Amino acid sequence: MSDDVLVRARGLEVHFPVRGQGLRRKQAGVLRAVDGVDLDILRGETLGLVGESGCGKSTLGNALLRLIPSTGGTIDFAGTDITSLSGRGLRELRRRAGMVFQDPFASLDPRRTVAQTVSEPLEVHGLRSGRSERAQRVGELLELVGLDPAVAGRYPHEFSGGQRQRVGIARALAGEPDFLVCDEAIASLDVSVQAQVLNLLRGLQRQLGLTLLFISHDLSAVRHISDRIAVMYLGRVVEIGPAAAVGTDPQMPYTQALLSAVPLPHPALERQRKRIVLRGDVPSPSAVPSGCRFRTRCPYVFEPCDDVDPALQPAGAPGQLAACHLHGVVGTPATAPDGVTAQP
Amino acid sequence: MTSQPGPAASSAPKPTAPLKPARPRWRETLGLLLRNPTAAVAAALLLGVILVAILDETLAPTGPNEIDVDERLQPPSGEHLFGTDDLGRDIFSRVILGAAVSLRVGLFAVGIALVIGSAIGLLAGYYGRWVDDVLMRFMDMLFAFPAVLLAIAVLAVRGPGSGNTALAIGIVYIPIFARVTRASVLGVREEVYVRASRSVGASDFRILTRHVLPNAAPPIIVQASISLAFAVLAEAALSFLGLGTQPPNPSWGLMLAEGRGYLQIAWWLAFFPGMAIFLTVLCFNLLGDGLRDVLDPRQRTLMGAASGAAPAGSEEGGDR
Repeated sequence: MSDDVLVRARGLEVHFPVRGQGLRRKQAGVLRAVDGVDLDILRGETLGLVGESGCGKSTLGNALLRLIPSTGGTIDFAGTDITSLSGRGLRELRRRAGMVFQDPFASLDPRRTVAQTVSEPLEVHGLRSGRSERAQRVGELLELVGLDPAVAGRYPHEFSGGQRQRVGIARALAGEPDFLVCDEAIASLDVSVQAQVLNLLRGLQRQLGLTLLFISHDLSAVRHISDRIAVMYLGRVVEIGPAAAVGTDPQMPYTQALLSAVPLPHPALERQRKRIVLRGDVPSPSAVPSGCRFRTRCPYVFEPCDDVDPALQPAGAPGQLAACHLHGVVGTPATAPDGVTAQP
Repeated sequence: MTSQPGPAASSAPKPTAPLKPARPRWRETLGLLLRNPTAAVAAALLLGVILVAILDETLAPTGPNEIDVDERLQPPSGEHLFGTDDLGRDIFSRVILGAAVSLRVGLFAVGIALVIGSAIGLLAGYYGRWVDDVLMRFMDMLFAFPAVLLAIAVLAVRGPGSGNTALAIGIVYIPIFARVTRASVLGVREEVYVRASRSVGASDFRILTRHVLPNAAPPIIVQASISLAFAVLAEAALSFLGLGTQPPNPSWGLMLAEGRGYLQIAWWLAFFPGMAIFLTVLCFNLLGDGLRDVLDPRQRTLMGAASGAAPAGSEEGGDR
């Protein structure tokens, strides 16, 4: 695997203050939406990011693009530290890294035509001077995403969900970005349209050499499109590795449970499918358990899980990492440990 | 209008395409606006009022301040269309002359309030936090004064006259526009398309002017058309108190106020200026409603499709 990392996050944290009810609205706690994420996204790959609702996937995606301020850790983009970029540097980042949003009905301004929406990045970054050149570029972009350039003068409400999402993708591509975050980009589309948009994204990724962060809770879609898959739980990446390895032989108990919930298309296989049903609910991100954050629901929990916060370590296939003490106790002790040793 | 009314329009050979961007946007908007019958009538009437206000003295049969004591308190007749007042002045002429004053005060006052108030509301709603606190507390201070008292204070400082009256009314209405705009902006600010625009690198100024303001506009437009009505009436109130238009100069509000005392014996003194105010205000409101609808692209397609389908068949509606 090449060492060419496009986006690198180290210890990334996004904590939101939780305010109390009183008149002074004192800070009552901290919601740890993203809590110490280490993540490398390689140039030209598609990284799938999965996890259940509220685990911080979207927050992480937004924080990587500096759309939500991070409260700790660092983000590198193409070798430069973008953690506290501002002004011209930030604008250049906005050109080089785009976002496709979940709801195509909300992400397009209803009062602007498709042409106006798609050409906004061109105007903002001064990429095409002159009205006719911009119009021409908008036409190219619409064709790129499989829309008829003749629809440029229409308004969003005249389109279906899939078409709108194509417009959203065209807008994200207008600045010729290197990196695209697709935040649940197919979640609110009809199933038949999901496949089309998914294939469009994959085609564009290959054609333009894009690096894609594909955030989704749909494991089948993620397996279909991704080179690697990262699994998030309660604000932390708990497993990451090649899509085939994570998809078929997960090393972290949480991933195992998550995968066992995916229905299989073949009836015979579906009957054989063993479901691992987790006990309890996800703990609140404002009261993260000590030690391993999955220990409250893990079927394999043992002593070190209470005290030691597991770090990602090699497990299973080459390139696969899991944050679980079952593969050896590695990590930072929550309290002063007395003689924690690696498991044989 | 046209020489051949019905068949000529429907047998026009060119298939009219209302949404093609060949025409400039504002003309397209205007065209759609005038297709709405209520808005068209309102626009025509307003145009008439504005014309009257511009032409004033050339239209008036007599001078507005010509006193003819023998002819005082005459009911409407062929000689005096709207009758005469207690000093024998021709009310028709005074209504015509008053149009300019009332319209100027109304438009000027709402213009001031709209520009300043919306700007304040836009900033407060979009930036939130301390900007919101500072600006809106200041607006609350203005709001706390009774409107007439505040206007009197402004006029006491600047002296009476129609320009200062407009300024005073405008200042009184600033907090209303600030509040309406802020409330609307608070909703629009959280829209995904605003975040999307930020994600491609748009500046705050661009987001505010291209995305937030247009989408927050409908309640502001409605507020403006209502405020025009109230501004004309506020001018009347201030004139009545002797702070607005100075007698003997006519303004609709002042005439209404002066006619009040004669209501039982000579209704026409108050009736005609009252009707003038009523019609003008109604037209502003109807036009405001029409404008709000036309500026919404969703409504626009419906209107375009509906009016296109009636004469030319379903060609336009079918390809959607």
